[in-house]
Amino acid sequence: METVEKKFLSLKDIEKRFKIPSKDDYIAVTDVNLEIKENEIISIIGHSGCGKSTLLNMISGLDSQTSGDILLENTHILGPGPERAVVFQNHSLLPWLTVYQNIEMAVKKVMPELSKNELKERVEKFVSMVNLDHAKDKLPDEISGGMKQRVGIARALSIKPKVLLMDEPFGALDSLTRANLQEHLMRIQQKVKNTVIIITHDVDEAVLLSDRVIMMTNGPEATIGEILEVNLEHPRDRVALQNDPEYIRCREAILSFLYSKYAKEDE
Amino acid sequence: MKDRIKKVLLPMFVLLFVIQIWSGIAHVVDSFPTPTATYIAAFGGLDEDGYEVQGVLEDPFYIENQDDKGLFWQVLESLKRVFKGFALAIIVGVPIGLLIGMSKNAQYAFDPFIQIFKPVSPLAWLPLLLFIFQDIDMTAMSTIFITSIWPIIINTSLGVKSVNQDYMNVAKVLQFSPLEKVTKIILPVAVPFIFTGMRLSLGIAWLVIVAAEMLTGGIGIGFWIWDEYNNLNYHNIIIGIIIVGLVGYMLDLIMGKIADFFDYRKKGRA
Repeated sequence: METVEKKFLSLKDIEKRFKIPSKDDYIAVTDVNLEIKENEIISIIGHSGCGKSTLLNMISGLDSQTSGDILLENTHILGPGPERAVVFQNHSLLPWLTVYQNIEMAVKKVMPELSKNELKERVEKFVSMVNLDHAKDKLPDEISGGMKQRVGIARALSIKPKVLLMDEPFGALDSLTRANLQEHLMRIQQKVKNTVIIITHDVDEAVLLSDRVIMMTNGPEATIGEILEVNLEHPRDRVALQNDPEYIRCREAILSFLYSKYAKEDE
Repeated sequence: MKDRIKKVLLPMFVLLFVIQIWSGIAHVVDSFPTPTATYIAAFGGLDEDGYEVQGVLEDPFYIENQDDKGLFWQVLESLKRVFKGFALAIIVGVPIGLLIGMSKNAQYAFDPFIQIFKPVSPLAWLPLLLFIFQDIDMTAMSTIFITSIWPIIINTSLGVKSVNQDYMNVAKVLQFSPLEKVTKIILPVAVPFIFTGMRLSLGIAWLVIVAAEMLTGGIGIGFWIWDEYNNLNYHNIIIGIIIVGLVGYMLDLIMGKIADFFDYRKKGRA
């Protein structure tokens, strides 16, 4: 008897075209095929303009593919939904709500069945998860960029998504804050296993965080160039890894992909 | 602290200068009230001929009969009309502004009319509205409504358009209904803009009321000024102008405070 493999998140023959008046269509992304396993952490890396954000937006449903199918647990993705939570690059916290209220708004909407106490418990749990108990009544403008992004992560996780989508989540932060947030993310990931897709242009970030690194070729007509397995045990220690042969191998593989095979002249 | 003293002291110098010029004009122009005569007309005292004068500000609360009331009642009557017209402008203007801000089609549909009617003076509307309503209160109220609604519509739609696309993406991921999008995302962003519009609109309303009352008659600070002109009480016109200015200034201050209260950008930053 044939066993039907249980698929988690599948991307099949994805193509994205943009109409340009009186010209041929601009093909941003084409021929993308990818299977993502449950609880896997995937990084998508590539030069700017390779359509990696477009790809993420199609998975989140904020954008739609021109052709091809995206299936989550064998169900077609037709629009945005809370089971695919997004952490936006610029955090996108509502500035008139406090840290607590920003998370509460999301939980309230997605889990209307919770009682008052359960709601409070859940919100506080996620505030604590990103170590922001001391700042829970602050407005976004009163906390640092790194803290804002932590709230963004807490908000996304609080609605119990099947997939966590992160669009260059730490791109706007300085390198120390960025490292700090990566630690946060790894620590959270140790506690609650999530399926995570991270868009990044940072080689170290990709290797440090992910189980597989998807390398995109340059656009137009960008597609998956290579897929790299990162065979490193979790939890990972960024300092110890610096001399780890596997870490060095992965790093070199990505660097040579980005700067030898698909170097971008005009960057 | 030093700035505070300056803020009180420097206008005093300007005031002294203005009073000098005023005295000069009174000296040259026949029967133009002097500053002293105006002061006496306001607060009472002995006039040039030695007669005791009752100042108009000494008892602003008196009621002699239906048509002869103290200044307080005149101002109150004007304020009532202003608030009626202003309230109507908010009730009608905010939803229209929301609609225009959210829908390109609505913007295309309404924009030409806003642009054409916005610059029309209240004095142009008055005869038409007086003809329609044949009633002082209705005419004043509708004139205020039609001239003060524009800043509310324009600023409300501006507020809606300033909603960050990222916030809308958050709303989409959380699958907010259209109503939730309005109440939880659009309104909080737009409210400070709406209040800016309301503040401008209230300023216009207070400008309009004086002109409207002069033409419609009855009771009210605008008509009072016109009446004093007809009675040759020129000093009272000056008193009226100062009262209109002070009340307008107070309205603006109060509206500003209310606007700040509803502006999330000014909260938590004491």
